[in-house]
Amino acid sequence: MPETRHTRSALWEMTVFRLKEFIREPDAVFWVFVFPLLLTLALGFAFREKPPERIPVGIVEGPATQRHLAAMKKSPALQPRVYAASEGREELRRGKISLLVEGGDVPVYRYDATRPESRTARVEVDDALQGGAGRRDAFTAKEVTVAEQGSRYVDFLVPGLIAMNLMGTGMWSIGFAVVNARLKKLLKRFLATPMRKWQFLVAQFIARLVFLVVEVAVVTLFAWLVFDVEIRGSFLLFSLLCLLGGTAFAGLGILISSRVKTLEAVSGLMNVVMMPMWICSGVFFSYERFPDAVKPVIRALPLTALTDGLRAVMNDGSGNVMPQVINLILWTAISGLVGLKIFRWS
Amino acid sequence: MEAAILCKDLKKHYPDVKAVDGIDLEVGRGECFGLLGPNGAGKTTTIEILEGLNTADGGEVRILGLNWADSERDIRERIGVSLQETQLSEKVTVYETLRLFRSFYRRGRDPEELLRGLSLDEKRNARVGKLSGGQKQRLAVACALVGEPEILFLDEPTTGLDPQSRLQLWEVVTGYRERGGTILLTTHYMEEAERLCDRIAIIDHGKRIALGTPKELIAKLDAPHVIELITEPALDEEVFSSISGFHGATRRGEGWQLRVDSLAVSVPQLIGIVDGRGVRLETLSTHAATLEDLFVALTGRELRDA
Repeated sequence: MPETRHTRSALWEMTVFRLKEFIREPDAVFWVFVFPLLLTLALGFAFREKPPERIPVGIVEGPATQRHLAAMKKSPALQPRVYAASEGREELRRGKISLLVEGGDVPVYRYDATRPESRTARVEVDDALQGGAGRRDAFTAKEVTVAEQGSRYVDFLVPGLIAMNLMGTGMWSIGFAVVNARLKKLLKRFLATPMRKWQFLVAQFIARLVFLVVEVAVVTLFAWLVFDVEIRGSFLLFSLLCLLGGTAFAGLGILISSRVKTLEAVSGLMNVVMMPMWICSGVFFSYERFPDAVKPVIRALPLTALTDGLRAVMNDGSGNVMPQVINLILWTAISGLVGLKIFRWS
Repeated sequence: MEAAILCKDLKKHYPDVKAVDGIDLEVGRGECFGLLGPNGAGKTTTIEILEGLNTADGGEVRILGLNWADSERDIRERIGVSLQETQLSEKVTVYETLRLFRSFYRRGRDPEELLRGLSLDEKRNARVGKLSGGQKQRLAVACALVGEPEILFLDEPTTGLDPQSRLQLWEVVTGYRERGGTILLTTHYMEEAERLCDRIAIIDHGKRIALGTPKELIAKLDAPHVIELITEPALDEEVFSSISGFHGATRRGEGWQLRVDSLAVSVPQLIGIVDGRGVRLETLSTHAATLEDLFVALTGRELRDA
C-alpha cells in the first residue's frame, strides 16, 4: 500500500482538523478561555468577604437623646444618628435606618418586624439601652466566630462558574461548528467520502474534551491563586465530573444542532435550552428556595447535577456524587445517540 | 466490462416540480461524459442521485456495477466527488485539508504530489480562506482526487471562474482522464462540454433531450451554419422557406436565427429577400453551428437564460 505515512486514522485527522479550526478562531478562544476568568474575577471581588456592617439606627431628638446615643455608640453592631421627629420617621419609611428610638427614659422602638435586619436592630438597641440604664449581664459568653474556607460565597460560586462555563462553551462550540459545516455543505461533502458518520461526531467530542481540560485548569488555578478556592475532595472525582459534564453538554450540543439549518435558529435553540438552567440550576444562588415540587426536575438538569457534584467535591470534600455521575452519563448517552440518529447531513 | 455509470428511467419528483423525469445514461470506463443544460434542468439532482447523496423516486442506478443500497462504502472508496457549493474550512491550510480527505480513504494519492500536479504546491501552507476562486476550486477537485477514484463526479466545476482558472481546471480534468479515469460532469457552458467531453447528454426539464458526441450532436442540426439576422420591421418565418439548404429558423429577440447548409448559397438569397421586401437590414452575422445552437433548435430557448 503506497504512502502509508499519510494514512493515519480518519478519527485522528478529523480531531486535529477540528482543534486547528478552533484555535485559529480568536473569538472562540476569547469566549472559552478569557471570558470565564473575567467573570470569576468580577464576581469574586463583588462578593468578597467584608467585616459585618453596623446597622444604621435613628434616635428622635428629646430629653434622653444624649444618654441613649452614648449607650448605643458603645455597641459595635450599631451606627446611631439623631433626627428630628418627622425626619426620623421618613428615614425609617425609606429603609435608610432599621429602627427609630423615640420617647424618653422608657424608650419606644419603632421598626418593621418583618425585616430581619430591623429585628436584629431591636435586640442590639435594647441590649445597649438596658446596659446604659444599669442592667448587669448575668455572664459574658466566650465567642468563636467561623470564617472557614469552603463556606464563603466565592467557594460556592467557583464550582457553579466552572459548570456554567462547561455548558456554554460545550454547547456553543459544537452547535456552531456543526451548523456552520452544514450551511457550507461541508457535511454533505464529508458524506460523499467513505468517512464514517460516527467518526465526525466523535471527533467533535474529543476535540471538545481537549479544550475542556485547558478551560477547567485555567479557571481552577485562577480561583486557587486569587481567591484561595481549593478542591477539598478527590481530584480524580473532580476531573471525572468535569469530563462527564463536558460530554453531556457536547451531546446536548449535537442534539440541538442535529437538524438546524441556520445559525440564527441554533442560537435561539441554545438559549431556550440554557436559559432555564442558568436560572434554576443554582449557579449563583441555591435552588433550595424553589418549591419542593419542582426540585426533582431541577436536579435532573445536567447543569444542576454538575454544579452539585462539583460543590460536593470541591467544598464539602465529599465523595458521594454517584447520582450526579449517573445523571451526566445518561445525558451524554441519550442526547448523543438521539442526536446521531436524527442528524441531518445536508 | 460493466459500465462505469448506468442509470435507467431515473425519476425524482418534488411536490412542485419533476426534477428528474425518466433519464437513461450509460457512461463507459475511461469516458468523459457531460450533462449539459440550463440552470434548473435537473443536472444537479441527477448527479447527486448518482453520487448517492440523494435518493431517486424511481429507476435503477449502478455505479461500477454496484448499487448504492448494498455497497455504499465500497462505492464511496472508488469515487471522487466535487459538489457545486462546498465551502471548505477557511482557517485550515490547503495541505491540512487534503490530508484530512486522504485519511477517509483506504488507499489514495500522496497529498504533496497531488498538490504539485494541480500547481497548488506554492499554496501548500496557505489557509483556504486566502485562496482565489480558481485555487479553491482546484483544491476541491484535489479533495475529490485524493482517494484515487475510478470515477470523478464534478458538478459545475468552473461556474464563476475566470477564463485563466477555467483553463487550469480543464487541464486537471484532462490529466485525470489521460490516466484512465472516468468523469461525469455537469455544466451550462457549451465550450466546456465541447472541449472536455467525449459524449454529452443535453438535459432540459428533467428529461434527456439529446445524446451523442459533440460532433454527432452538431451534425443532428443537419445544418453546419447559423445566420443571425435582424431587420426593421421583422420578417415573417414563411419568407425563409424559399432559401436553398434552409433547415429552420428560431426567433431570437428582435431577429431570427437561421440554420443553413451553406453560407455561400444562403446569404445572397437572404439579402435578395430582404431587398425584395423593402425592409431595412440592421445586422447580419454568421457562425459555425455549436451545441448552443442545438439547444436553441431543440427548445427554442438559450442555455444561458433558459
